[in-house]
Amino acid sequence: MYRSQFSRDLFADFDRLQREMTQALDQFNPTIRGAGRGGFPALNVGHTPQTVEIYAFAPGVDPKSLDVQVDRGVLTIAGERRLQLPESGSKTTVHIDERYSGTFRRVLSLPDDADPAGVTAQYRDGVLHITVRRRESAQPRRITIQ
Amino acid sequence: MSNDTPALNKPQQRPEPALLPPVDVVEDATGITLYADLPGVPKDRLQLNVEGDTLTIEGALGLNVPEGMQPAQAEIGLGRYRRVFTLSKELDADKVSAEFANGVLRLRIPKAEHAQPRRVEVQIQ
Repeated sequence: MYRSQFSRDLFADFDRLQREMTQALDQFNPTIRGAGRGGFPALNVGHTPQTVEIYAFAPGVDPKSLDVQVDRGVLTIAGERRLQLPESGSKTTVHIDERYSGTFRRVLSLPDDADPAGVTAQYRDGVLHITVRRRESAQPRRITIQ
Repeated sequence: MSNDTPALNKPQQRPEPALLPPVDVVEDATGITLYADLPGVPKDRLQLNVEGDTLTIEGALGLNVPEGMQPAQAEIGLGRYRRVFTLSKELDADKVSAEFANGVLRLRIPKAEHAQPRRVEVQIQ
């Protein structure tokens, strides 16, 4: 009876399966902004006691077109990637077309102790490496026992 | 038209797991141009190999990671890219040229002289 009222949607089932797989494979809990997988640029994030390290995998992007902003504990990476693919009809055939093209924007929340004044960014080998300093007060301190 | 050769065709040695880099492949009258995204691979860690009719693109990441960093999120979860293509006969594998800048590889594979287009006269009788 229930089945006939709410017939199963095969594609919805696939969606659910994919979500469950993503969660099972992901050892980290997603934040409110979601896991954000599959976006461009792909992001790797790591922490040291002094810094937050963000690696944005954005190959073939003009570094001048990259815009990195920190606002209220939220880091935004935006830019545009232009690909020089020939137009169709000019005696060329595009066989595979997988690379991302166009504008992009990714948003990441930083930990509370991130210092917006201490952000550095460099672009090398197609990776934008952003280092955000953490405030001194949050760094672990050894307390001497008297 | 898929030119991918799964990495499974060499059962004797199991290759290290690797990410599949996205590519664009464009063909024109004189050859094929392949673009591959390999962000994070320094020039000296990129390997291009043509063996028979098999083209292998392989690269290892060389990120500048500070000591003692704890990973918190990893969308690029492996340290290596690999992709294998089967070339067709009319391509001249000896004349492959490559450029690599900002994590983008551009490969040009020209067609062999004899395979380049010729206008065929159609006789009407």
